[in-house]
Parts: sequence; C-alpha cells; structure tokens
Amino acid sequence: MIEVQALSKFYGTRKAVDELSFNVEKGEVLGFLGPNGAGKSTTMKILTCFMPATSGTAKVAGYDVFEQPLEVKKRVGYLPETPPVYKDMVVLDYLIYAANLHGLKKAAAKNAALEAIEKCGLGGVKGRLIGNLSKGYRQRVGLAQAIVHRPEVLILDEPTVGLDPKQIIEIRGLIKSLAGDHTVILSTHILPEVQATCSRVLIINQGRIVAIDSLDAISARLRKGNVLSLVVERGTSDLVGKIQSLPGVASVSNPERADGGHRIIVTADESSDIRSAVAKIAFSSDAGLLELKRESMSLEDVFVKLTTVEHSI
Amino acid sequence: MRNIWIVARKDLRGYFTSPIAYLVMAIFSAIMGYMFFSLLNLYVLQSMQFEQLRYGKGPSFNDSLIRPIFGNMNVVLLFIVPFITMRLFAEEKKNNTIELLFTAPIKMSQIVLGKYLSALLFVLVLLLLTIPYPIALSVAANPDWGVIAMCYLGTILMIGTYIAVGVLCSSITENQIVAGALTFGTILFFWIIKWASYNASPFWSDLLSYLSIVDHFEDFSRGIFNTRDIVFFASSIGLWLFLTYKTLESYSWRS
Ligand SMILES: Nc1ncnc2c1ncn2[C@@H]1O[C@H](COP(=O)(O)OP(=O)(O)OP(=O)(O)O)[C@@H](O)[C@H]1O
Ligand SMILES: [Mg+2]
Repeated sequence: MIEVQALSKFYGTRKAVDELSFNVEKGEVLGFLGPNGAGKSTTMKILTCFMPATSGTAKVAGYDVFEQPLEVKKRVGYLPETPPVYKDMVVLDYLIYAANLHGLKKAAAKNAALEAIEKCGLGGVKGRLIGNLSKGYRQRVGLAQAIVHRPEVLILDEPTVGLDPKQIIEIRGLIKSLAGDHTVILSTHILPEVQATCSRVLIINQGRIVAIDSLDAISARLRKGNVLSLVVERGTSDLVGKIQSLPGVASVSNPERADGGHRIIVTADESSDIRSAVAKIAFSSDAGLLELKRESMSLEDVFVKLTTVEHSI
Repeated sequence: MRNIWIVARKDLRGYFTSPIAYLVMAIFSAIMGYMFFSLLNLYVLQSMQFEQLRYGKGPSFNDSLIRPIFGNMNVVLLFIVPFITMRLFAEEKKNNTIELLFTAPIKMSQIVLGKYLSALLFVLVLLLLTIPYPIALSVAANPDWGVIAMCYLGTILMIGTYIAVGVLCSSITENQIVAGALTFGTILFFWIIKWASYNASPFWSDLLSYLSIVDHFEDFSRGIFNTRDIVFFASSIGLWLFLTYKTLESYSWRS
C-alpha cells in the first residue's frame, strides 16, 4: 500500500531524512518510532504530499506522491502534529468542510461528518466552537478530520498527544478498529502505544532506519543470548554448580534474595534452549522452584538500545 | 470550480463569524454616508450659487458628485482592503491549518482563486451597501446610470487588483500585521508611482504612468469603456495571483 524507496529530505543543508526505504502492506498498522528530531514528521509530510522529497520516491496506494499528488491526497487521511483546526468554526461545520474538501457533497458530507463525530466520541461537543475545546478534544477533532472521508490510508502524527489516559485507550481502540480496512502509519514516542496498536514497528534515528520488524522480532534480534531468571526457595551452591555444568550455559549468577526466595540469573548461548533442563535440575535437587522465565527486553530497552549510536544494528 | 467555491465559501463565512466584518461594514457605511451627504451638500450649494449668478458653466452632476464619490470611496477601500486580505493565508500558516488545505485533493490554483474570491465577494458586499446612494439620487435627479455602472465596474477591477496584492502579501508571511502593512504599502506605492514620472525620461514616464493604478480608473469614472484599462487590471490581477501561486508552491518546498 505504501512503498518508500531511498527517500531523502534536506532542509537547506541539514539532512532530516536519509535514504529511507520501507513498505507497508494493506491493512497493517505501522508504528513509527524515534526520538525527537528523528524525521518522523518530515517523512509523514512527504507521504501526504505536503512537501516534496529531495530525492527518492514514495508511492501510496500505487500512486507516486510527486507525480500524482491529487490521487494520493484523495486516498490519504492525515493528522498533522498540530491538529489543523479553525478556532472560529463549530466542530460539525469544520468536519463538513473537511469532507467537502475531499469531494463529498451536501448530505454525504454531513453524514460522513456525523459518523466521524460518532467514532471519535465528539457527540457532546459537535455544536461548540473548536477554539473553546480542550486540547484533547481538539486532538480528537483533528483525528475525526483525518478519517472523515474514509481514506484507505491513515497517516497520524502522534495521535494521542494531549489526551487523558481514558481517551488514549479509546483512541487506540479506534485505531485498532480501523486497521484491516485502513492502512495506518502512526508516529509516537509512547512505547506502550506501539505495543498496544501496531503490528509492525519502524524505528528511525537521525533520519535513518534503525530497525523495521514486528515487535517480537525486534526484541529477539536484540536479545544477546538467552537470559533466564529463576526463583527457588533454597538457592544452594550445589544447585548453581549443577546448572553451570549444563551444556550451553555461559554464566550463572549467585543467588540473591528476591520474591520470597532466591533469584538466580542464568545466561546461555543464543541457540540452546535450556529452560526444561534447568527446571529438571531445580526439581531433582529439591530446590523448591517458584518461578522460571525468560527475560525479554522491554520496548523501552529496545528503543534506547537501537537509538543510541553505539548499539545501532 | 466546485473546489474554488468550497474554499471561498468557508472564508466568506469566516468573515461574517468574526466581528471584523461587521466593524468594517459599519465603518465603511459611516464614512461613505458622511462623504455622500457632504458632497451632495457641496453640489447643492454650487448649483444654488450658479442659479443666482448665472455665470459660466453650472456644476456637472458627474464631475462634482459621481466622480468624487467614487474617487473617495476608492481611497477608503485602499485602507480597508489590507484588513480584509491579511488573514487569508497568514492565519492558515500560523495555525497550521494550511496542512489541511495543502493535503486535501484540490489544486493549488483552486486554493488561491478560492481565497481571492472570498475577499472579492466580501468587498462586493461592501459595494452593495453603497447602492442606496445612486438610487436616492435618481429620485431627486436624473443621474447617468451608464457612468455609475462604469464607475462600479472600474472600482471592482481596481479593488480586485488591491485584493490580489493582499492575497500575495498574506501568502509570504505568517504574521497578519506584516501582511496587512505590506499590502497597504504596496498598494500605496502603485497609487503614487506616477509622481516619479513627472521628470523622468519619456520611456520611464510612460511606463510609470502605465503602472499607476489610479490612472486606469480615469476613463471608467468618465463612463468610458476602455479595453486597455480592462487589460491592465485583468493582467495585473493575474500576475499577482500567479506570484501567490509560486510563493505557496515554494513554501511547501521549503517548509
Ligand atoms: N521547517 C524546517 N526547517 C529546517 N529544519 C527542520 C524543519 N522541520 C524540521 N526540521 C529538522 O528536521 C529534523 C527532523 O524533524 P522532524 O520534525 O521530522 O522530527 P520528528 O521525528 O517528527 O521529531 P518529534 O518527535 O520531535 O516530532 C529535525 O532535526 C528538525 O530540526
Ligand atoms: Mg514530529
């Protein structure tokens, strides 16, 4: 649905986006993750034909953003970083106007606006001036504007910024419900948001792709070896020695008091899955196994690791 | 066409939802009313003097009433147009709503024309407010409707040029005050450009007076239809709007 090839963008001599290439399939939700100034908004502005790239190509729904911008614009719904709302307009009128701009006429425009109002939970404020709404509600109006013409592709720049936790959950739910019919790219700094809504994640830093994959795959790629965390009632040195002698085990930490027992951290080679062997030993040496789990990196760890220069892969 | 109208209608509504429109209309009506009655008074006075003296030529209706009224109205509009046009693009840039406009499936030219049309229609509303004056005149006297019609046509073309200047000025900045001041300065410049022609070489003199906006209103105010003037106004409107188009195009290239 979206094909980006070697896309670059310079602001003067400053490079904001550097040879970006990626594809998004129909119905996918792609999370666009990166620290401040990574080039997320810039990429989105190029994909929505707001501004041209310096070099490279991008296709949305089969149309080139540079050659056939009108065809692309018809199919894309865009929520910019700052919601593009007119403060002196009433919510309903504004959404009708947005629908009109996208070619919907009288009754069709009104119906589309009411539907978007419904979806974004704006029913209570549809007759109010946008200038008098709170930031979160303005954000919702911006989101409603992006979906009002039922676009195939949604490009949302930090859609949940400024919303309260309840609204965030609602909007995430909305985005998830849009997936499937719509192809969505959303940018965010909030890592759990990616976990909650996205099927794939693209991490960029300083205009360059650092990683693009499913969340699990990205964490797996970063997991240096297998790390097991074991909690037993009786952490004896005998147990430690036995685990140490298992094939594939690199190191075993000394037991520490934790979680009502003793925690032992076992690091093994990437290739060997030693979980059942460790469990067997713990069982046979009567250590009183309380917990055994594989440590995985949290998204925060992944993010920091990938966007810190030394660790980029 | 439809897209132009969508853009124009939104901004036209925008004028009437803000107090500015009513303020402008009130001020304009007040000034025009004052001018009309002052000039009428003067005209009546002159006519009465002529009746008594019976010497020379009596004041002509067109020269002492119609033309001064339109001449003054054009000066008033010179001050008003910057207020009407300053927000058109500057405000959209400031509030980022330009992203909505520029990512909607409409052409840049349609956006420019829509904005232009909204301001032009607003000025037409202002001009409508002055229609009662000629009607009032026709009750008592016998004004030359041809001249009045030509005066209106000339005014519309001239104000149309001012508005095109204003649209351009609004497109190059996101500060409304700057846009307004720039518009006013530019219009004024073309208003007084002729002054430089008085002791310039023939070529420059001709060029400068050709560029002088007011000069092209002269014939209209005499009720003469001059294609040369029409061409001047139409082409300068076209030029200013084209420059706007180019500015906005490069805005999205740069930003
Ligand atoms: N109009 C502009 N002129 C010059 N440089 C710009 C402009 N807009 C963005 N930049 C630069 O381009 C780079 C990428 O900016 P961009 O807004 O795309 O980042 P971002 O990933 O969206 O960041 P954030 O998370 O803060 O929104 C930054 O270094 C920024 O300073
Ligand atoms: Mg951004």
